Amino acid sequence: MMLIPCPFCGHRNESEFTYGGPVKPDRPDPNATSDEDWVEYLTTVPNPFGPVQERWWHARGCGTWLTIWRDTRTHDIVEGPSDAE
Amino acid sequence: MQKYSIFSLFRHALNGHTTWAPAWRSPPLKASYDVVVIGAGGHGLATAYYLAKEFNIADVAVLERGWLGGGNVARNTVTVRSNYMRDASIPFYVKSVALYEGLTDELNFNLMHSKRTMIDVVQTFPKMRELRRRQLAMDIYGSTYEQISTEEVRRRIPALTGGGPDARLPVIGGMVHTDAGVNRHDAVAWGYARGADARGVELHQQTPVTKLLRGNDGTIKGVETPRGVVRAGKVAIAVSGHTTTLTETVGLRLPLRTMNLTAFVSEPVKPLVDVVVNCPDSGFYFSQSDKGEMVIGGAPDMGQSFRRDIKQHVFEDTVTAMLSLFPSFRKLKLLRQWGGHLDIAPDASPIMDETDVPGLFVTAGWWGGYKAIPAGGLTLAHLIAKGVPHPLMSPFTLSRFKHLDYVMESGTTTAR
Ligand SMILES: Cc1cc2nc3c(=O)[nH]c(=O)nc-3n(C[C@H](O)[C@H](O)[C@H](O)COP(=O)(O)OP(=O)(O)OC[C@H]3O[C@@H](n4cnc5c(N)ncnc54)[C@H](O)[C@@H]3O)c2cc1C
Ligand SMILES: [Zn+2]
Repeated sequence: MMLIPCPFCGHRNESEFTYGGPVKPDRPDPNATSDEDWVEYLTTVPNPFGPVQERWWHARGCGTWLTIWRDTRTHDIVEGPSDAE
Repeated sequence: MQKYSIFSLFRHALNGHTTWAPAWRSPPLKASYDVVVIGAGGHGLATAYYLAKEFNIADVAVLERGWLGGGNVARNTVTVRSNYMRDASIPFYVKSVALYEGLTDELNFNLMHSKRTMIDVVQTFPKMRELRRRQLAMDIYGSTYEQISTEEVRRRIPALTGGGPDARLPVIGGMVHTDAGVNRHDAVAWGYARGADARGVELHQQTPVTKLLRGNDGTIKGVETPRGVVRAGKVAIAVSGHTTTLTETVGLRLPLRTMNLTAFVSEPVKPLVDVVVNCPDSGFYFSQSDKGEMVIGGAPDMGQSFRRDIKQHVFEDTVTAMLSLFPSFRKLKLLRQWGGHLDIAPDASPIMDETDVPGLFVTAGWWGGYKAIPAGGLTLAHLIAKGVPHPLMSPFTLSRFKHLDYVMESGTTTAR
């Protein structure tokens, strides 16, 4: 079971959260982007053997969306790489 | 290849079983092959076997990181079925189930294939509508699916005593899929391995591929391993779950996420259920093994994962759901739990194709891919040998994503 840090509620049980998927780049304007980049945006997410940045919704709590880095090898919540926003 | 039979068993027993030949050789690793297959799971081994058997391409090496048949082929719940949803998918799975039924004879290896029927226990009307729609599609391709009443469901699965009229989700009926069955996963891996070896294919365990090698012309040139570089003009990736880790070594991003799927087994008990029981609305399924254990599978964890165990809350959710329909299972002691990691495409259908790197083939996205091993291996071997896709695999290209031409099968598997 993971304890997910909510900025408002502190560390809360994973079962209070709904998974929101890996963080994707901003949605491009489909009319201004190439077909290739549009398809890539729609279909392909980072799939690292290691830390992945992802969104969780504290649905059974305060309702906020938050972002964590989680290591896909261990499920440990980890510090993100220093160059990431 | 020494033939296995009641007579050979008898003969070797007289010699105290000291005279059996190894089931496959362990030759030295060569510097180059016509084809390198990465991963000695079901799909890798079947591909190598059919390359040699159907297409006379025997200069093939299967490179396996760990031991042969130690991946998901050994970690799954062995349900073989063809109740899929799309016209593009059903014939492929029908073919795979049919191949399984003949495989014990073909491989001279007892798969213990038990065509024992699967019953879907339905608890919601949307699910019932979806399954009946599935039945209409399956009818076209000769895959069996038939609706039965709640009474009939309970008659055929006496242990199903929960889900009564007062339950939160009462059982409202069922669907029967008589083509479904279970078999023995080790035998599938070992049988294909032995058959491939006998036709000249080399199997190399403890040989992880760390990197793919691409030439200046952009084509695949071979692979890097701690045992040295192995050159090949054709390389097939069959590494279930680790596909993107490998393709990214040549800058190839694929629409796959790696997820964790889990199972657990109970202590052995007297025969209690003689079909595969699937409860899609509650999110679990099980069958009873020949040894008497209940082999139980649940829903996957949500996030991406390369772990091979079960998360406590996934386990608890699955057990809770199961006990609501099978309250007597409360008495069962659970013996083992485990997980495996699989990759899944956005439409939950497999990807079997040559990639944008010429000569590099991939078979991936095998969420429920145990049932697909025979047809997956046969059709991938066809593509590698002939350069054109086998008709049964043609819907599962990589280019379907370029055209957003999905083969949506989420819902026909445990994927959510
Ligand atoms: C709990 C669970 C239950 C399941 N239940 C079912 C079911 O009931 N029915 C069904 O149809 N499917 C089921 N599946 C799915 C099925 O197991 C997989 O889809 C299928 O086994 C994947 O194909 P494979 O056999 O080739 O994979 P694997 O056996 O995983 O083979 C891949 C091999 O590649 C090797 N490898 C990885 N990286 C490298 C590398 N870099 N170099 C060399 N080798 C490498 C691995 O060690 C592994 O041996 C289940 C899976 C799980 C986890
Ligand atoms: Zn909160």
